[in-house]
Amino acid sequence: MAVDSTAQTELLTLRRIEKRFPGMIALDGVNFTLKAGEIHALMGENGAGKSTLIKVLTGVLPLDGGEILLDGQAICPASTFAAAHLGIRTVYQEINLATNLSVAENVCLGQFDARRVGLDWKGMIRLGEESVAKLGLELDVRRPLSDFSVAIQQMIAIARAIAVTPKVLILDEPTSSLDSAEVDQVFRVMRKLKDLGLGIVFVSHFLDQIYAVSDRITVLRNGKLVATSPISEMGPQDLVRHMIGHSPSEETPIEREPTASSVKPEPIIRAKSLSRRMSVDSVDLSVGPGEVLGLAGLLGSGRTETLRLLFGVDAKDGGDLEFNGKPLTRWNCRKAIRAGMGFCTEDRKVSGIIPELSVRENILLVLQARRGILGPLPKRQQQELALQLVKKLRIATTDVEKPIQFLSGGNQQKCLLARWLVIEPKLLLLDEPTRGIDVGAKAEILQLIVELRKQGMALIIADSELSELLRVCTSTAVMRDRKILQTLPTSELTEERVMALMAEGNV
Amino acid sequence: MKRIPPNLVAPLCILAAILLFDLFFSPGFFHLAFINGRLQGSLVDILNRAAPVQILSVGMTLVIATGGVDLSVGAVMSISGTVAALLLSRAEASNAKASVPQVIGLAMGAALVCGIWNGILVTFVDLQPIVATLLLMVAGRGLAQLLSDGQIITFSSPDYGNVARGATFIVPNPVWIAIGFGLVVAALMRRTSLGLFLEAAGGNAVASRLSGIDVRWIKFAAYALCGLGAGIAGIIVSADIKAADANNAGLYLELDAILAVAIGGTSLRGGRFSLIGSAIGAILMQALTTTILSRGVPPAATLVLKAAVVVGVCLFQSARFTEWQASRRSQTS
Repeated sequence: MAVDSTAQTELLTLRRIEKRFPGMIALDGVNFTLKAGEIHALMGENGAGKSTLIKVLTGVLPLDGGEILLDGQAICPASTFAAAHLGIRTVYQEINLATNLSVAENVCLGQFDARRVGLDWKGMIRLGEESVAKLGLELDVRRPLSDFSVAIQQMIAIARAIAVTPKVLILDEPTSSLDSAEVDQVFRVMRKLKDLGLGIVFVSHFLDQIYAVSDRITVLRNGKLVATSPISEMGPQDLVRHMIGHSPSEETPIEREPTASSVKPEPIIRAKSLSRRMSVDSVDLSVGPGEVLGLAGLLGSGRTETLRLLFGVDAKDGGDLEFNGKPLTRWNCRKAIRAGMGFCTEDRKVSGIIPELSVRENILLVLQARRGILGPLPKRQQQELALQLVKKLRIATTDVEKPIQFLSGGNQQKCLLARWLVIEPKLLLLDEPTRGIDVGAKAEILQLIVELRKQGMALIIADSELSELLRVCTSTAVMRDRKILQTLPTSELTEERVMALMAEGNV
Repeated sequence: MKRIPPNLVAPLCILAAILLFDLFFSPGFFHLAFINGRLQGSLVDILNRAAPVQILSVGMTLVIATGGVDLSVGAVMSISGTVAALLLSRAEASNAKASVPQVIGLAMGAALVCGIWNGILVTFVDLQPIVATLLLMVAGRGLAQLLSDGQIITFSSPDYGNVARGATFIVPNPVWIAIGFGLVVAALMRRTSLGLFLEAAGGNAVASRLSGIDVRWIKFAAYALCGLGAGIAGIIVSADIKAADANNAGLYLELDAILAVAIGGTSLRGGRFSLIGSAIGAILMQALTTTILSRGVPPAATLVLKAAVVVGVCLFQSARFTEWQASRRSQTS
């Protein structure tokens, strides 16, 4: 594919795209262009219309209005298969590959004519090798995918997408499960593909990544196009302002927490050499009212496992646990809740929301469970309570009777927080409270944490974003290899120091 | 007026279509006579015959809402019927008069024990629901045969027979029993938090546990109630024929009950459930059977026709269809 020497050719043009869902307009006359050989960042908060735009473009959803031009010709893909045939390919955040098959098999999945009987194994391996080489990777395509790291798997997903005559490549948060070295690897591949003349649409929540690799940015908000401009003309501040509509939270920083007061409050929870085989090794911690303890550490360092032990999800093998000065034995979730604990898990879909149930039912679930089978609240009171919390946490929904699955990730997360706030816990455990949600909702949740602390709640937060921990915690425990290495007041902590601890294990 | 819940639209439409068909092609279908102080006619007959499956489907709805299934209800029907018949015939053999409430209580108790057994296997032993209840589906019928020595046990107690053959306020008793059981279960679900907990546990068991719901006891309660319902259905059937046939009582009715639940719009994956939907599903299937029989269609063809209608209803219940409906509604509004 040749790149026009004078002006880059417009590979893909979307004009006045409209998409309506019952009760809402998801896309309202959106224009979008993609040039050959460009990386175009598509930005917006959750619910801004990014995913809908991608779905319309890839034939998952039909258009309600407007037109799509590919190479100047109107197209109307009726399915992802049709879109792929036209050269529009997508790689999603979750890797949709078969880990038990070989790399070559994965690359060729869905590429062959299904009507033909038998497989061309040699051709398959050749195609696999070619596509992998196109990305500048060297690996044995005969080995099963499960042999490789998540980053390599993600790149093989890209290799699969570009194996056959691609024109447009859509990358929907391809980096969210990768560490920074792996992200660099993916970026190298993206630049290489750009040089080959592909148009790349890049979606990511990480601003620094957007600026590292994109040529242009398009921002959507509430289904409308807000801005399109070359990267050089839109700084991060502008970008965030376009995305959330008001000045970014960074400009009005949450006051960094003062050091813990000189008088240490009586702890609400205290753990002494708390242990569980293969998950937590001799953890000591204590948190009092008005304190926020952060748990920092890499994946698998024991953050989630510690929270699960505290809440009684898993049973401890050893050590002592005290809540409000009373020792806890035969601890379980129900006892924890009754004692005044709350636990927001890291994975909304798996262990958080009950998708079919309404926003109201989801918000009031813990309260109802605590009141028992014979203590249901009257429906009116339920609605009032739910509505109060929807307003307080600014959950964007018109109707508390709507199933929670139709809310965006950030709003679901707020509902889950609301679920615990209803019972006014003394101690709230939050596992990755800001994962996978947009900048605006993140800032709101962090602000909420600070308010809760000021009201005298004790909180323990596991978070992989250090900057967030440093902003809201009174002290931070750095974890590594299932142990707490060191607990320090936030005032004595810098990102560099925590990083060094997490990476090296020494101070 | 409140809008009809979307899950009821398809079954109600098809039920209406069946009745409309009868209006034109089955002379006298809507004729109601008043004989011996009770209403008689095809419509009453449909409700009367639908009662056992209706009762089964109410219990089955709860089990399915937890994400499970109870294959043993047919066998439990035969156990409760056999227990009742055995007690009555023994009493009659010794010329004593058995107390009917006592007999009914013991029969229901036996069924409840069966439900509790299923509940223990599924929730505390952690067997898969299909496997756990399949055990009782096979063993239960065997147990009933052991109790009855493989014989069909007959009895003559008119009081017990009245449970199925009598009428109260001109309506046959089984119809009242079905309505009563449905209302009691509905009240238990919707006036307490049990229904919410069931839907939560079926929708996401992990999240429910972390929210402080005792998922195991909730599931257990569903199986126990389902067993109790099967016991009541078994009593009606044995009272109707004044005998207990361990081999054939309630045979394949578990499948009818599951179908009724599916027709009523409760997802077999668990979560949201609709008791009224299941009840309508049971009535729909009986209306279909009665219609087919009254048209003189050979019995062999009945099952095929029934299957065709069920496929139709399930098609209407499919996600695509609801999507299409929703998009149409949004366009008109």
